[in-house]
Amino acid sequence: MPAGGPTRFSVSGAIPIHSKRVSHPPGQPASSALPLVDLVDLSVSLGGTPVLSGCRLTLRPGESLGVAGPNGAGKSTLLGVVATFIAPTGGSGTVLGAPLASPRVPAVRPGIGWSGHLPALYPDLTLGENLTLNAQLTGYPASQGQMVLEQVGLGAAAGIRAERCSNGMLRRADLARLLIGSPRLVLLDEPDAGLDQDAAPIIDHLIRKTTTRGGAVLCVSHDADKLSGWVDRVVEMRDGRIM
Amino acid sequence: MRGGFWRSAGLIALRDLRVELRSGEALTVVFPFAVVASWIAPLATNASPLLLRDLAAPVYWLITLLFGMMIVLRQTALETRAQRRALALTGLDPAARFAGRSGASGLVLAAVAGTLILPVIIFYDYRPPSGGALMAPVIILAAAGLAMLGTLAGDVTIGLRARTSLAPLLMAPLAVPLVMGAAQSLESLVAGKSIITWVLVLVIADLGLAAAGVMSARALEEISL
Repeated sequence: MPAGGPTRFSVSGAIPIHSKRVSHPPGQPASSALPLVDLVDLSVSLGGTPVLSGCRLTLRPGESLGVAGPNGAGKSTLLGVVATFIAPTGGSGTVLGAPLASPRVPAVRPGIGWSGHLPALYPDLTLGENLTLNAQLTGYPASQGQMVLEQVGLGAAAGIRAERCSNGMLRRADLARLLIGSPRLVLLDEPDAGLDQDAAPIIDHLIRKTTTRGGAVLCVSHDADKLSGWVDRVVEMRDGRIM
Repeated sequence: MRGGFWRSAGLIALRDLRVELRSGEALTVVFPFAVVASWIAPLATNASPLLLRDLAAPVYWLITLLFGMMIVLRQTALETRAQRRALALTGLDPAARFAGRSGASGLVLAAVAGTLILPVIIFYDYRPPSGGALMAPVIILAAAGLAMLGTLAGDVTIGLRARTSLAPLLMAPLAVPLVMGAAQSLESLVAGKSIITWVLVLVIADLGLAAAGVMSARALEEISL
């Protein structure tokens, strides 16, 4: 399928709320590529309470999917499962080829970029130190940390401690973390929370960069309209189910 | 390519030391209270100088244990779930994280314990033995053990509601071989006896804790995410 071809819906049984044209890696049609995420009838119970039930989701290289739903719908838990943080209690699934909750999971984690509700930065370290540490632990040179900070417009703020930064700056820096090393699978939880309008292109850039390199993006938000501006298609989630 | 085990451990240790240096909690909060605590026994008991000298080593290590727990448990207590998750996604070996965290805590603890000898000399009329230089490896071995134990206790209790009380309660009884080995080493030094037996106790305890920390690191990380 040439770049910009018609959208292929690959969330089984999902009703897309919005859809737009998808760009896939050259010569690699979305329908034939091995999925980066494949969940089959997946269920999760936390403390005996069912949070996800019967979730089916397939995400192929070059795709970006948004999951919209009200608070408590299970969006963040779904993201936690795909990020390999939460083990499913039922059904099955693979992420980057590794079966969920298998011993192979830690090996694929470096291919996953995740940004949650709260920025994963150390308050006592500067933004530069935070990003440099992340780059070095991921196996990239320390200069990558400064480079990605510049990409999100925080180059001049590299020397400021995270505890002294505004929430918007922290969110930007947290998104910059995902620009290090180009993860194959990017997972975003309410990525615009705390960000000003000027910062919206950062999310767009991150999603485009990931999908054009053959990666995939899963983004959750309570706002379907916002999601439709970033991703190829949006599905709805309610009461732990992908509708 | 990701860095090796020791490089990753070094990066984690550097991060923790930076955080400690900037917060200054160990030296500006914990240490002054440890000094006050060391003063309580001679002040409250009105014991004879001879008895105080006998009490010096056990009291010193008891205070080091109690205040050291605050230092080592604080570091794991401060880390948020988001930070742990982000670290896991870097591909960091959890055993390297354990080593780095324990290394940083051990260094801070060794510095605090080393400095705490001064008030003990003053309040207990403690006379460091002629082979006083041998106290350094004893302090380092004990601090390393307490740091590993604290890191383990912190990781085991992550996510538990009773964590703040459970972690020290878990740590204190397991620290007995470390405190005993360290206190007896100093006693033996003062008495002019060989300390090799007690140093071996410390080494064995440290090796056991290192093995337990490294082997349980992956499982504890999975629970903490």
